[in-house]
Amino acid sequence: MIGGHLPVLLVVLPLMAAPVCVVVRRPAWAWTVAALASWGAFVAALGLLLQVLEGGPISYPIGGWAAPWGIEYRLDLVGAFVAVIVSAIGGIVVPYARSSIEREVAADRIYLFYCMYLLCLAGLLGIAATGDAFNLFVFLEISALSSYVMIALAQDRRALTVAYRYLIMGTIGATFYLIGVGLMYMMTGTLNMADLAARLPEVAETRTILAALAFLTVGICLKLALFPLHLWLPNAYTYAPSVVTAFLAATATKVAVYVLIRVYFTIFANVDVFEAMFLREVLMALAVVAMLSASAIAVFQTNIKRMLAYSSLAQIGYMVLGMSFATLTGLTGGIIHLFNHALMKGALFMAMGCVVFRLQVASLDTIEGLGRRMPATMAAFVVGGLSLIGVPLTVGFVSKWTLVLAAIEANMWPIVVAIVGSSLLAIAYVWRVVETGFFRPTPEGAPAVAEAPLSMLIPTWLLAGACVWFGIDARTTLSVARQSAAFLLGSGP
Amino acid sequence: MSHIAVLRVVSKLLIPVILLFALYVQFHGDFGPGGGFQAGVIFGSGFILYALIFGTAVARRVVPAAITRIALAAGVLLYGGVGVAGIVLGGQYLDYSVLADDALAGQHLGIALIEFGVGLTVAAAMITIFYVFAGQDRGPEDAEQ
Repeated sequence: MIGGHLPVLLVVLPLMAAPVCVVVRRPAWAWTVAALASWGAFVAALGLLLQVLEGGPISYPIGGWAAPWGIEYRLDLVGAFVAVIVSAIGGIVVPYARSSIEREVAADRIYLFYCMYLLCLAGLLGIAATGDAFNLFVFLEISALSSYVMIALAQDRRALTVAYRYLIMGTIGATFYLIGVGLMYMMTGTLNMADLAARLPEVAETRTILAALAFLTVGICLKLALFPLHLWLPNAYTYAPSVVTAFLAATATKVAVYVLIRVYFTIFANVDVFEAMFLREVLMALAVVAMLSASAIAVFQTNIKRMLAYSSLAQIGYMVLGMSFATLTGLTGGIIHLFNHALMKGALFMAMGCVVFRLQVASLDTIEGLGRRMPATMAAFVVGGLSLIGVPLTVGFVSKWTLVLAAIEANMWPIVVAIVGSSLLAIAYVWRVVETGFFRPTPEGAPAVAEAPLSMLIPTWLLAGACVWFGIDARTTLSVARQSAAFLLGSGP
Repeated sequence: MSHIAVLRVVSKLLIPVILLFALYVQFHGDFGPGGGFQAGVIFGSGFILYALIFGTAVARRVVPAAITRIALAAGVLLYGGVGVAGIVLGGQYLDYSVLADDALAGQHLGIALIEFGVGLTVAAAMITIFYVFAGQDRGPEDAEQ
């Protein structure tokens, strides 16, 4: 009985756990509620993925009102895969959060963090589950509003300014998305994605729909921080509490990429957006510039969180690049990089969170010789870094290999050069950290620090281990990504 | 402003009417214009008027921050709970028809409960926002003690 309700329980569980956190208020209880809800959501997401793999897309009418009149939750393979990624990261981040948040957030606000984290989780899972373009906007706002609050919870006062800036940019992005949905509604009279896909071809040539596509593209690209709409991201990731950075870097931008995929390959499934409207050229050019320029900027950063934030911008470029091929291999590369990048960036930011836990700040000056004092933390960073570069036997290699194959298939050799070039830059910035951490002597008078607590190390290593595990045996993830891509490129929803 | 007699008397006359009107908008919402959001704002504005005239310290004794905090959460939980009740009673999430024996009564009951949840949360949110702005010097947390 409960299996049939999984699409909605996935969202309702964290959504209802959030106000419970406000009621119980004690940090330890709020943590327990958050942990149970995120693990429950993970089980639900896994169950859904298995159901979808077995029996195809699942549709769930909210309130018993049939689509397209009512709101439909619709999980296909891509949606279920993204839900698994998001809830898995959530489930791993929560145990880690316990010690880290105590150190980085004022004690009387800890319950607010868990409340906001659960709302953000509910919003992100809702985006993955919903089959309604307007409902997606609502969840986009739930996840965005809660992430502004989570960033502002940091004790560094600069976090307030960056959260405010993020709020402005995020609101512009969400508004653009809403304008796009409004324009589509004007022309088709429907908000259901499958219904939109069926009705859009008739009106696809109108200026209104072209404007809608432009608004949707710009709005979502603001959310996913594609170059040149990325300016809010580096500061937001730098000054947010470490857990928040790890969670958002591993999930929020990924979900925004998923929304972009949804718009192009589900809503506009029957309209040739990539060829006829020059989207391929535009997206590909922006993605390549993001890959190269953001990696180049990352090389010159001294704050490691900021360096990783710039590296995230480059990695978002890879995902958008994969999507812009609009071929089976390309889209597979984009989707698998969603998963792989979530693993590696999660591991890297969590390793830096461990450093921040002991040293308050993770910059190149503070980590001199840290490899000897915090070996487990720094080793996790190295594993994540190798993944970021794309060394064989790590997940990064799987993504980059698929993307290179896609570029060769499409006969675009310059793209191959760009991927390799961006990877070389990744070696440069990862090496700076490794060199400082392991090969510099510990400076005189450096604080004697112990390893981070196990409650933080185990989740970090879980993700770092997953980077290697799914790098050696990528069969499951690749097959899910390939099936998702085939489904998206097939007959539409 | 509590020393100005006119304001004091007029607001004391007005506040019950405001609260009553809020309840009218709340319970009339499922058949006519209105609903939980509007009712919550009107209900909250009654308390805000009281706080403006008699000072936030007195208002906080009437509605302490602890109560608004619980009301904030309770409204959302009521909303979500009605949805879950739909599942437990054998329907879909937020399916009101199964809430009562007859589908029409169930729809009526469901939307009334949902709107009440919205009203509760919105009223509490309005009061909380006012408290936070009115008590800029102290955070919402110290205000609770």
